Amino acid sequence: MRYRSIWRKTVSVLMLGVTGLCALVTVSVLVLILAYLAVKGWHDLSWSFLTQLPKPVGEAGGGMANAIVGSGKLLLVAVVTGVPVGLMAGIYLAEFGGRTFSFMIRYTTDLLNGVPSIVMGIFIYTIVVLPMGHFSALAGGLALGVMLIPIVVRSTEEFLRAVPGTLLEGALALGASRWRGVATVVIPAAFRGIATGVLLSLARVAGETAPLLFTSFSNRYWSPGWSQPIASLPVMIYTYAISPYRSWRQQAWAAGFVLLALVLLVNIGARVILSRRHSVQRG
Amino acid sequence: MGAVTNLSSMRSEANRGEQITGRLLRSFEPKFRVSHLNFYYGAVQALHDISLAIPQNQITALIGPSGCGKSTFLRTLNRMSETIRHTRVEGEILLGDEDIFSMDLVTLRRRVGMVFQKPNPFPKTIFDNVAYGLRVNGGYRGAALADAVEASLRRAALWDEVKDQLGKSALALSGGQQQRLCIARALAVNPEVLLLDEPCSALDPIATAKIEDLMFTLKEYCTILIVTHSMQQAARVSTHTGFFLLGKLIEFNETDILFKKPLRKETEDYITGRFG
Repeated sequence: MRYRSIWRKTVSVLMLGVTGLCALVTVSVLVLILAYLAVKGWHDLSWSFLTQLPKPVGEAGGGMANAIVGSGKLLLVAVVTGVPVGLMAGIYLAEFGGRTFSFMIRYTTDLLNGVPSIVMGIFIYTIVVLPMGHFSALAGGLALGVMLIPIVVRSTEEFLRAVPGTLLEGALALGASRWRGVATVVIPAAFRGIATGVLLSLARVAGETAPLLFTSFSNRYWSPGWSQPIASLPVMIYTYAISPYRSWRQQAWAAGFVLLALVLLVNIGARVILSRRHSVQRG
Repeated sequence: MGAVTNLSSMRSEANRGEQITGRLLRSFEPKFRVSHLNFYYGAVQALHDISLAIPQNQITALIGPSGCGKSTFLRTLNRMSETIRHTRVEGEILLGDEDIFSMDLVTLRRRVGMVFQKPNPFPKTIFDNVAYGLRVNGGYRGAALADAVEASLRRAALWDEVKDQLGKSALALSGGQQQRLCIARALAVNPEVLLLDEPCSALDPIATAKIEDLMFTLKEYCTILIVTHSMQQAARVSTHTGFFLLGKLIEFNETDILFKKPLRKETEDYITGRFG
C-alpha cells in the first residue's frame, strides 16, 4: 500500500514537472524571439528607418517606409477581398446551412487552411500575375485575402454559434424573417468576437512571405496605385537577410522587430476588444 | 369573427364525441379553434389528435408532466415549431376564422406574440428591445415609436422602473425585469394572443407574483395561454386549464372544475401528485 502511494506521488510530481516545463518552453520561445529581435534590431531602429526609402548598397542609413506602407496596402486588399467572403460564409454555416452541405464547406475550409502558402502564391501567380503580365499589389493582397478566408469563416461561425438560440427565437417570434433576426440580433450579439477573429486572422497573414514572392514581388521605391510591384516587410526581410551585405542583414533584424511589434499590437488589440464583453449575452 | 361555441358543438367538432370536456364547461367565444392536430419531430409523434378551443380574453393554462407536448402545442399556435428542422404538422388551427397555416408568418406572429421560458432580451438598449417588433413591422418612427414603446412598458408594469434608463443595456436589468421587458416587447405590436411558455420558471417568487398580477390586467387586451409546470400557478391565474399527457389532451375545462372535480382519472392522479 505504502509503496503504491509513493509511486503515485512520484508519477504525479513527474508529470507536473514535465507538463510545466513544456508550458515554460512555449512561453520562453516567444520571449526569446522577442528579446533576440530587440537586441539585434534595436541598433538600426530609428525614426529614419520608419520614414525613409531604402538606400543603395554602400550608403549608410535609409529605411523601409515603403515596405511598411506596402504591407499595410497589401493587408487592405486582403481585408477587402477576403473578409466579406469569410464573414458571409461563416454566417451561412452558423445560421442557414444544412447538414451535408455545411459539412462539405467546413471540411473544405479546413483543407484550404492547410494549403501551403507557397502553393497559394503560385496559384495567384497563375490566375492573376500571368494574365496581367506583371507583379502587383493587387495580386499580393489577393493571395493574402484567400488565406484569410478559411480563418475568418471558422472564427465567425464559432462566435455566432456561441450566441444563445433563444435570441433568434425571440426575434422570429416578433415576426422578423430569419435573415433579419440574424442581421439585427445575432450578429450584433457576436460582433466583438467576430471583429476579434478578423483581427487575429490579419495578424496571422501579415507575416506571410511565400505567397508574396510570386505576386507582389518587391520594390525599392514607393509603389503608387495597386497594379505595380510593391514592397512588403516580410519580403524585405527575406531579401535583406539573405543578402551578402552586412548593413542589409542588420536592417533585416530591425524590419523583423517592426513586423513582430505590429503583429503583437494587433493581437493585443484583439484581446482587449474581446475582453470588454459587457454587451455580449450572458451564458 | 368566431361564433359562440356551445357545449354540444364542442363535443361534436372538437372532441370527436369523446367526452373530455366537463359537463359544466360554459360556452365561450373562441379565439383559437384547433382540430385534429398531430405533430411530428421526424418519426416521433409529439402531439396526438389535439382538438380544443381557446377562450378569448381569458387565461388558459396548459399543464402536464415534462415532455407531454404542452410546449410543442403552444409553439404550433404561432408556428414557431416550424423553425425546427424535420418537423411536420397535420390538422387545422383557426385564429378567429382564419387558418393560421395559410397566413403570412409576419402577420401571424404580430397577432400571436410569445414570451419564452428564459428571459431573452436582445443585447440592445431597453428602448430598442421594445421597439424591435414595431420596427420589423414598419410604420413607426420618431415620436410615434417612442409613444408606442412607453405604452408597452406601462402595460407590462415596467415603465416606472426603467423610464430613466431607456438607453441602457437591457442585460443590466434583473431577471424579473428582463422577463417583463420581454412581455413589453411582445405587447408592443398589439398582439391578440400572448403565448407564455413557462414564463416564471427562471424567476423568484416576487418576480413571479408581479408577472401573475400583470397577466390579470393583460387579459383585457389579449387572450393569454400559459404553459406552466406549477399547478398552483395554473390554479391561481387561469380561467381555463388543459391537461396534457404523453402528447394527448386528456381534459380541458374551467380551472375550478378541473382542479376540484376532474372527470378523468389521469387528471386526478396528476393534480393530486400521484405522478409527474
